[in-house]
Amino acid sequence: MLAYLVRRILYALPILIGVNLITFVLFFVVNTPDDMARMHLGMKRVTPEAIEKWKVERGYDRPLLYNRQAEGSGSLTDTIFFDKSVRLFAFDFGASDSGRNIGEDISQRMWPSLAIALPVFLIGLLVYISFAMLLAFFRGSYLDISGVVLCVVLMSISGLFYIIGGQYLFSKILHLVPVSGYEPGWLAWRFVLLPVAIGIFAGIGSSSRWYRTIFLEEINRDYVRTARAKGLPELRLLFRHVLKNAMVPILTGVVVVLPTLFMGNLILESFFGIPGLGAYTIEAIQNQDFAIVRAMVFLGSVLYILGLLLTDLSYTLVDPRIRLS
Amino acid sequence: MVTWLAACDGQPWNSPYPPEQAGQNILYASFSERPKHLDPAQSYSSNEVVFTGQVYEPPLQYHFLKRPYQLVPLTAVEMPRPYYLDSEGRRLADDAATGDIAESIYEIEIHPGIRYQPHPAFAKNGQGDFLYHDLDEADLDGVSRLADFPVTGTRELTAADYVHQIKRLAHPRLNSPIFGLMSEYIVGLREYAETLKQAYEKKQERQPAPVFLDLKEYPLEGVEVLDRYRYRVRIQGKYPQFLYWLAMPFFAPVPWEADVFYTQPGMKERNITLDWYPVGTGPYMLTINNPNRQMVLEKNPQFHGERYPAEGAPGDREAGLLQDAGRELPLIDKVIYSLEKEAIPYWNKFLQGYYDTSGVSSDSFDQAIQIGSGGDISLTPAMQAKGIQISTAVSTSVYYMGFNMLDPVVGGDSERAQLLRQAISIVMDYEEYISIFANGRGIPAQSPLPPGIFGHLDGREGMNSYVYEWTQHGPKRKPVSVARKLLAQAGYPAGRDVSTGKPLALYLDTTGGGPDDSARLSWIRKQFAKLDIQLQIRSTDYNRFQDKMRKGTAQIFQWGWNADYPDPENFLFLLYGKNSKIEHNGENAANYRSDEFDALFEDMRNMDNGPGRQQVINRMIDILRHDAPWVFGFHPKQFMLYHDWYHNARTNLMANNTLKYRRIDPQLRDQKRAQWNQPLVWPLGLLLLLLVAAVVPAVVGYLRHEKQTAKR
Repeated sequence: MLAYLVRRILYALPILIGVNLITFVLFFVVNTPDDMARMHLGMKRVTPEAIEKWKVERGYDRPLLYNRQAEGSGSLTDTIFFDKSVRLFAFDFGASDSGRNIGEDISQRMWPSLAIALPVFLIGLLVYISFAMLLAFFRGSYLDISGVVLCVVLMSISGLFYIIGGQYLFSKILHLVPVSGYEPGWLAWRFVLLPVAIGIFAGIGSSSRWYRTIFLEEINRDYVRTARAKGLPELRLLFRHVLKNAMVPILTGVVVVLPTLFMGNLILESFFGIPGLGAYTIEAIQNQDFAIVRAMVFLGSVLYILGLLLTDLSYTLVDPRIRLS
Repeated sequence: MVTWLAACDGQPWNSPYPPEQAGQNILYASFSERPKHLDPAQSYSSNEVVFTGQVYEPPLQYHFLKRPYQLVPLTAVEMPRPYYLDSEGRRLADDAATGDIAESIYEIEIHPGIRYQPHPAFAKNGQGDFLYHDLDEADLDGVSRLADFPVTGTRELTAADYVHQIKRLAHPRLNSPIFGLMSEYIVGLREYAETLKQAYEKKQERQPAPVFLDLKEYPLEGVEVLDRYRYRVRIQGKYPQFLYWLAMPFFAPVPWEADVFYTQPGMKERNITLDWYPVGTGPYMLTINNPNRQMVLEKNPQFHGERYPAEGAPGDREAGLLQDAGRELPLIDKVIYSLEKEAIPYWNKFLQGYYDTSGVSSDSFDQAIQIGSGGDISLTPAMQAKGIQISTAVSTSVYYMGFNMLDPVVGGDSERAQLLRQAISIVMDYEEYISIFANGRGIPAQSPLPPGIFGHLDGREGMNSYVYEWTQHGPKRKPVSVARKLLAQAGYPAGRDVSTGKPLALYLDTTGGGPDDSARLSWIRKQFAKLDIQLQIRSTDYNRFQDKMRKGTAQIFQWGWNADYPDPENFLFLLYGKNSKIEHNGENAANYRSDEFDALFEDMRNMDNGPGRQQVINRMIDILRHDAPWVFGFHPKQFMLYHDWYHNARTNLMANNTLKYRRIDPQLRDQKRAQWNQPLVWPLGLLLLLLVAAVVPAVVGYLRHEKQTAKR
């Protein structure tokens, strides 16, 4: 197991370097350091001297990937790419191009994101699995058909509609919860109630259909027929045996997103005024803040790799036949 | 549980604010993106001056009510009157010819007794030593916000603080947007920047960052402290617009203690910088700066007690704008700005009474505004029923379509090109544009000067006679046939070049190009099609667009300008030859050059407002209308909606420190909020019943299934 983990971590290194390189290239294909300087310095009265000064201060005055002027290893290390990338591997995100401490910003903004993402994830999982079980139980009946139609309808509607509709109904018409806003700590419950409910509701259609398919496949297996023949109550059969055996495909989709939960949800957070990480990367792209973009892409990649690793580990927990080697 | 918990605090359930804020004299506003800079040397954007304008106090300000805009002293004892020196240093008469003036001297005296807001940078111990001026990393353990410093202090504002700030404009660590401009005027500022740069680099070699430069050790030739309350600024030549700059935060005081405090090791890593926590003498201080959620301005307990103006413009007394005359400012105790990224939630919260004012977005325009047959604007009955009121003002801005005067087809001063530009000016129907794309919020521009700026003329004498003809209803755009005639005279009959027979194809460079812009771009194409001109639209992002403008590769473009100060110079300089984008990297994006216009501009910029200046401006505008380097687009109109508990809502487009004049009635607001936000619970019960009704068949089905015997 340990050898497997070490090997996977070593595999991750070239992936992270590659992701970093691709982010770098994509960013600088679209934006030059001069563009970035102009964006940060404002639209009015920006002089070439000010642009140069801005670049020098932030190290954007060097060549991008290869320094012809430098000698030896300096031709690779005295570049923007090296300078901006190497510290990431020590999880030192440094300061944004506007001077803010990125690590501090992430640690501040991850909690509101989690306040929404975690309940949506946990309650959502419970709701989707239960609903999918229900449909699987009544497979082929009118209930199942109506459920599937409902799922298709729900998944065909844009998430934005649920948000605007939810705000309109529960905040504007019924006056039950605030339209948007956030308070830290326990007071946050009033503000996260509606986005959480909407987050869960918006996912019912696609998730329940997916789980239903998995359960239907499982429910037709021999061991289920045998258990049923032996008189096992249906609920026990579904939740104890079918669910357990359907865990591998479920975990494939679920565990991988666990570490990335705190990265937030852009649209939900924007509309509900939740000060989370959801919009952090988008704002950085809009503001051409490469320091934040590279930090967030790197963090996202690390967390995704971690999620994949956790998924592999979780397989061994639910299926004793699987061994990591 | 929701019902019970929400009911406990005795306020509407949908209130986004904590119950303890009920009844308090708090104004609620929002921000959609974090301000980049709050350091007065760097801050320039409108979303930044919302904050810096309330915290910092430059020597001058705009009168809140009087129109046209009028500068009045703020911390200054009186309006500074410059005196002039010739190149030998001899004093000249006030009416000396501009060419004789080598320097203008501004001596500014400030009021004694003005004190800074409480701030840890001023905190001292019993021995009189600064508590927080010699901190190391260990001292900053557990500190993550400015409020984590338990002790604060204050001190009196002195003239040296103003001088300190002017020196900061040249600081090598700061990128002041006005350094380039000011170094052309303030004596020795350019050289001073070089001196500071060298000193900084020398210090940087000796010690690791952050480097503190004590500006007191580096005198600036053109700016000096005369005594505790007086300082002098020497300006090269004559530059009357300097007074306007003295009303902006760039010239507000910054105490040296703040620079010492914020430059200590570990501060920047904790996001504790002057760029984030301003230190001023203004009516408010920024006590919470969490750009991810909320920014809070609170009344500065040390504020020097400015009073609400006792006089205003005609009609202000009748409009109730002088009810608070003589009252001590500020009238609101606290202002809470919440992050609100989307327009829909913001609008809904305004309608619920949780924001005190609102703009009018295109989404909510029809819900809020009705336009009468005569073009008169009023609120819809739904808004009126809520007691919402509206305030409108034409912005001191201009949006225009520019021609690159270096382009071989549309540029140059040949008659052919002039006629072509005039023809395009006629067919670009900005009345229609405003109606379709701005919901009527704007007025077509007759020149670069918007209303409210000296030199702008209304009525027939202000009409662009190359594009409009006068009717009894006012100016009317000339018919397309006139434009087609001009085009034919230019050598393009029916949109074809007579010399080649080829159709005339022109290129418009613009930003955007997404689905939202397609209707606008298609409309522009149609305007050109009225002349059978094929318009190719080259959409790009703002970076590329700026790049094209710098290189002069664009042919036709659209741009805008928002006034820095209410002087015609600040608009007409956009067409001054020595300000051209290509040659001088200036703001003259059309690269227009007319010797006569330039000569008149050089005279006009130094003249006092009066008939003489008006005459010069009229001639300059005539030249522009004839040469048509721009299609004068439109001046946008700002709409502000406010509730009836919000008072002194006069829009002042020049002043950025108007928060201190605003007043609210928190009791009325609470009453209205409670009335408008009564919770409706029964639909929840109905929803629950529906849910149960949906579950019942499932339960019944399950039970039946469980009881069912095996099928034979």
